[in-house]
Amino acid sequence: MKKTYKIDVDCANCANKMEEAAKKTAGVKDATVNFMTLKMIVEFEDGQDPKAVMQDVLKNCKKVEDDCEIYL
Amino acid sequence: MNKKQRKMLIRIIISALLVAALMLFPVSNSYLEFALYMAAYLIIGYDILLKAWKGILNKQVFDENFLMAVATVGALAIAIYERLSFAEAAAGHGEGGYTEAVAVMLFYQIGEWFQSYAVGKSRRNISELMDIRPDYANIEKDGELEKVDPDEVEIGSVIVVKPGEKIPIDGVIVEGNSTLNTSALTGESLPRDAGTGDEVISGCINMTGLLRIRTTKEFGESTVSKILDLVENSSSKKSRSENFISKFARYYTPAVCYSALALALLPPIVRLIMGISPEWGDWIYRALTFLVISCPCALVISIPLSFFAGIGGASNAGVLVKGSNYLETLSQTKYVVFDKTGTMTQGVFEVAGVHHNSIEEDKLLEYAALAESYSSHPISKSLQKAYGKAIDKSRVSDVEEISGNGVTAKVDGVSVAAGNTKLMKRIGVEYADCHSVGTVVHMAVDGVYAGHILISDIIKPHAKEAIKELKRAGVSKTVMLTGDAKNVGEQVAKELGIGEVYTELLPADKVSLVERLLEQKNGKEKLAFVGDGINDAPVLSRADIGIAMGALGSDAAIEAADIILMDDDPLKIAKAIKISRKCLRIVYENIVFAIGIKLICLVLGALGIANMWLAIFADVGVMVIAVLNAIRALFVKKL
Repeated sequence: MKKTYKIDVDCANCANKMEEAAKKTAGVKDATVNFMTLKMIVEFEDGQDPKAVMQDVLKNCKKVEDDCEIYL
Repeated sequence: MNKKQRKMLIRIIISALLVAALMLFPVSNSYLEFALYMAAYLIIGYDILLKAWKGILNKQVFDENFLMAVATVGALAIAIYERLSFAEAAAGHGEGGYTEAVAVMLFYQIGEWFQSYAVGKSRRNISELMDIRPDYANIEKDGELEKVDPDEVEIGSVIVVKPGEKIPIDGVIVEGNSTLNTSALTGESLPRDAGTGDEVISGCINMTGLLRIRTTKEFGESTVSKILDLVENSSSKKSRSENFISKFARYYTPAVCYSALALALLPPIVRLIMGISPEWGDWIYRALTFLVISCPCALVISIPLSFFAGIGGASNAGVLVKGSNYLETLSQTKYVVFDKTGTMTQGVFEVAGVHHNSIEEDKLLEYAALAESYSSHPISKSLQKAYGKAIDKSRVSDVEEISGNGVTAKVDGVSVAAGNTKLMKRIGVEYADCHSVGTVVHMAVDGVYAGHILISDIIKPHAKEAIKELKRAGVSKTVMLTGDAKNVGEQVAKELGIGEVYTELLPADKVSLVERLLEQKNGKEKLAFVGDGINDAPVLSRADIGIAMGALGSDAAIEAADIILMDDDPLKIAKAIKISRKCLRIVYENIVFAIGIKLICLVLGALGIANMWLAIFADVGVMVIAVLNAIRALFVKKL
């Protein structure tokens, strides 16, 4: 399952880091962060609850870039 | 400017004024001086220090915040150290040290601010270019117009579109005539006329008259929603250049940090061992300069920005690109394979000419149209269309259709025979052969041969020019595939100047042919297939890059293709390739320029030639130039 989230982040490198962090989160199959359109597209592994997984994604993203936001 | 940017701008101005004042009116009390410089430094840089600290806590040490924090704190420390050790002699020098530290932070923040402003601005520009989203639909209720959310309009409702408004939902005009501006969708500036009974697509702007439209789709299924969805999700697929840059940034920053550490420690230690003065301050200063130069921002921001601007510019020209990777592939296209019908030709049969006629052309067409008026065959339709006037069937009598031959009838009492050569032989009329390719309708009037009408699929007006443009754009091979008969296919290919043509193909043959062509070309060259999306979806997806044209209204094409030409003008293929080339050229310029300048400055910094001021240019200046260069990709009108 794929879902798109609006995000807020200031620099392009931070967006890359968020993408890395999201990819490494358990339950996430693949993730893409589009800095230009400020969107994060997350593909979840089968049988995962997107809501719970996204909490972890947000936590991991905050770790690499404190000044970021994902609008869940 | 958003709130964050405004706040940052105020901080920049205050801090800059404070530094300027301190430079103009030096404070003699060294404690007060230090305090004032520290104030300027903290005003501009507190968030960087905070972020660097948080980064360390989160084990994310090597980012640009960390680089900047270390560089500026280091510079401050050197300044303080020099003041303490050469208290009276180096008063001037120490002051320079403070200014440098604050200036580095100040310029870094100015750079960041500019970047965020430029990115925000181009983000808005590009979304304005693509601003085709209708906000409301007018529905008539009890004689009054009511604005409703287009999402709530059901299929089959009648909506009213006033002059100047966007058509919100696909539908058919039930009342009214107007001129439609389709430029937001197709990039075509010529307005299109529409009247009762015409199908209209959402996103067009109604320019002149009031229209009542019966909707045929829901808003979510309408053209405008489909396109918006596509545009918003484009550039999510990343190109190789973008992936290269993010990987580069991942290794580059730590590498530079370790080099800086080595630069600060190794030479002084070696000098100590050799028994000369280690000059710690000098080497640490060089290492700090190194850190300032090293920020990867210019690269990391300018590459995706270039692609984004390129995609935005393309969509403004009526070319939708589904991702930056496709833009990259398109720029390497050397082989272009075309479908014939609907791509290079219009896919509708039209009267292409009247030859060997012994009576007036119009009269001959009139006879033909009337004689064939009872037939529903496409040929008869095209004859009626060429005739152009209403058919009065009462003028026609004694119609006899001879299957596989044609038709004989009496028109205004005159006997008319219209059909192929077999019919002419059958009624014993001498006929003239046609040398052109297409379907030929021979005509006999009153038992005498009156000429023939050539009906063929019309080549698109720009098709020939399009092939020429493609060759000029560096495409080395053009191939046409068609399911049509051999002589028709070869004739069209010859007329257009297409090098290779394969005819009488089934859809599956097209796939295997494209596969064979894919094997022929060498590694870096890419193959593009251009089709109209009707039953060539498998080929579109098999080619390196699939281009669908005339996609307005064809969902299959939008799904299957990687690049979509909104109108069906083949000239746009060359335009799309040129746009992609320009965009990629800018991307490479930025990569080479940014990495090149940084490397040079790094070497100069290590040798002690570059000071912090040059370092700041290498960082912020390069970024500003790269961003401005990236925005150039947006301008594609003249290509």
